[in-house]
Amino acid sequence: MKREKKKNFRELLLQGNEAIVEGALKAGCRFFAGYPITPATEISEQLSVRLPQVGGTFIQMEDEIGSIAAIIGASLAGAKSMTATSGPGFSLMQENLGFAIMAEVPCVIVNAMRGGPSTGLPTSPSQSDVMQARWGTHGDHPIIALCPSTIKECYDLTIKAFNLSEKFRNPVILLVDEVVAHMREKITFYDDEEVDIFNRVKPSMPPEWYIPYEDTPSGIPPMANFGEGYRYHVTGLTHDIRGFPTSRPDEIDPFIRRLFRKISQHFSEIQFGEFFETEDADISIIAYGCVARSAKRAAIDARARGVKVGVLKLNTLWPFMRTAVEKILKKSRIVIVPEMNMGQISREVKRVNKGETKVFTINKVDGTIITPEEILARIKEVG
Amino acid sequence: MPEVTKLIHKYLRHDKKFPHVWCPGCGIGIMLGALIRAIDRCGFTKDEIVLVSGIGCTGRLPVYVDFNTLHTTHGRALAFATGVKLANPNLKVIVVMGDGDAVAIGGNHFIHAARRNIDLTAIILNNSIYGMTGGQYSPTTPYGMKTTTSSFFHIEQAFNISELAVTAGAPFVGRGTVYHARLLDSLMEKAFLKKGFAVVEVISHCHTQFGKLNKMGTAVEMMEWQRDHAVTVEKAQQMKEEELKDKFRIGVLIDKELPVYLDEYEKVRQRLSELGDKKP
Ligand SMILES: Cc1ncc(C[n+]2csc(CCOP(=O)(O)OP(=O)(O)O)c2C)c(N)n1
Ligand code: SF4
Repeated sequence: MKREKKKNFRELLLQGNEAIVEGALKAGCRFFAGYPITPATEISEQLSVRLPQVGGTFIQMEDEIGSIAAIIGASLAGAKSMTATSGPGFSLMQENLGFAIMAEVPCVIVNAMRGGPSTGLPTSPSQSDVMQARWGTHGDHPIIALCPSTIKECYDLTIKAFNLSEKFRNPVILLVDEVVAHMREKITFYDDEEVDIFNRVKPSMPPEWYIPYEDTPSGIPPMANFGEGYRYHVTGLTHDIRGFPTSRPDEIDPFIRRLFRKISQHFSEIQFGEFFETEDADISIIAYGCVARSAKRAAIDARARGVKVGVLKLNTLWPFMRTAVEKILKKSRIVIVPEMNMGQISREVKRVNKGETKVFTINKVDGTIITPEEILARIKEVG
Repeated sequence: MPEVTKLIHKYLRHDKKFPHVWCPGCGIGIMLGALIRAIDRCGFTKDEIVLVSGIGCTGRLPVYVDFNTLHTTHGRALAFATGVKLANPNLKVIVVMGDGDAVAIGGNHFIHAARRNIDLTAIILNNSIYGMTGGQYSPTTPYGMKTTTSSFFHIEQAFNISELAVTAGAPFVGRGTVYHARLLDSLMEKAFLKKGFAVVEVISHCHTQFGKLNKMGTAVEMMEWQRDHAVTVEKAQQMKEEELKDKFRIGVLIDKELPVYLDEYEKVRQRLSELGDKKP
């Protein structure tokens, strides 16, 4: 009866970057363009082997500007596409990130955050690109950014990143910090695991009727791939519903508003996170990335000493999880936002705080992780 | 219907996008004509053509024609095109750029695209200046000329785009002018049919900026300048170095066979698939 024992799952010890690769392939990624940079390089190295094995294409471009340009081009030609980089490369990508937003081209950009500014700390963790992910490219624009704190989340959120980008026709940024990118954890893949995969909605009408940037109830127009008979114009210039450049105020305004609306109308579909012991929490910690791990540990330890501490872990950084954060602010007497930057998400927390709750921060910018002890110390100090 | 009108009806988005943005007399229109004629003669379908451009007067070209058209960011057209071609090799990907677009801000992508030898056609309209932003010097502005950012005289040396492409490894490089329209047609046709990275440099004029600042006359006079300074590759072979001093060569400058990226990549795919889970 040995047969029955046949395992229907695989257990792997994976690094964050490796789990991102697995997630990307599962989501249907078939094109990757990148330029080597620590701590994201493993993603390129692995996909250079894995993508050709599944009929996909990997290319190492001459820089990160070219990398993001290539994935946008590939996506327009129909391939689910991704690039991966770190701070310096993410800075170079900003102009074309805006192009993808403007032309509504799905793609996924992984930014394994390291210390900055400039070349900064190539091998040390940081969370200092949160605001760059939000506002890095010029012009008013919507963005989606997800942030894993475990290896399983690296896998799951990469799949979600692809799904969301395909669904909303918007680039999605996966913000992972160096700790999570390089850390190893066990991850279990079940053979019968059902994973939702979303593929872009294509036009169903004949080409003569296709209006590529037409508003729809969802705000998301169907997307034709190049070469499928729907010849249309794609431009980074502000365009009318047909995709042609326009300078008419009555066309510009609804276009920009639709870009925002297609995300805001679906906020609830883009909010991922976890409430950990927050129900009765007197003090709550709002954290993300590797710091969320320390926060949970700190909460457990604090509770062991009778202090009611909970954690709101944010897996979606943008659009900001306002509803969840407001809930925590209402419930808790004190909120602490520990971050490996000078205060980026804490600004958002303070912005939505109605004033009744005290919001404290922990800001660590020395290239090392925030430990549970440091969070506990802060709890003691402000509690 | 005359042949020209037929082509206009077939390829231009004539009911949607005109009048165009170009100054009367600009050479970009002549280049567009050559491009359409060559595509028509090659027999490509409109659906399989992806016409990619960067930013500039030249970058505005794709919007007027009924292909899959992609107007990207300044200098990055070749990198976008690389992704398009690799994701769907059945598409015929043609890239049009200005000189600033191709070899200033986009210079890095240009030399690497040439080196990589992906099956793309790069058409560069060289008008010696930044047209769209109002006549500043570009990497192809000749020494001594006036522009709005070199109002005294230009102190830098110019790039020779075609030679740059040859040196960077492009297997096909041709140069024409908007005066020699027939030659341009045939160069484009050859470039489109070439397997691999093919470059066509189109010497043109910007009479409203470069011409005006340097007192080079009207568009017609600037085209006459092209006529008088261009020497065919064949004729140049018979000429002495000295005679060629202020001349430039037109025609096919190089046409050689090199392994094409996607053919090579297919070999990689096969080798890695055979290996399966084993590490290479
Ligand atoms: C990143 C960036 N920098 C600068 C510009 C402004 N800009 C628009 S077109 C152009 C130069 C165009 O010159 P060229 O490429 O020679 O094309 P032409 O207009 O002469 O056809 C510049 C500098 C821009 N659009 N983007
Ligand atoms: S500015 Fe110069 S390059 Fe641009 S359209 Fe006018 S003549 Fe042509």
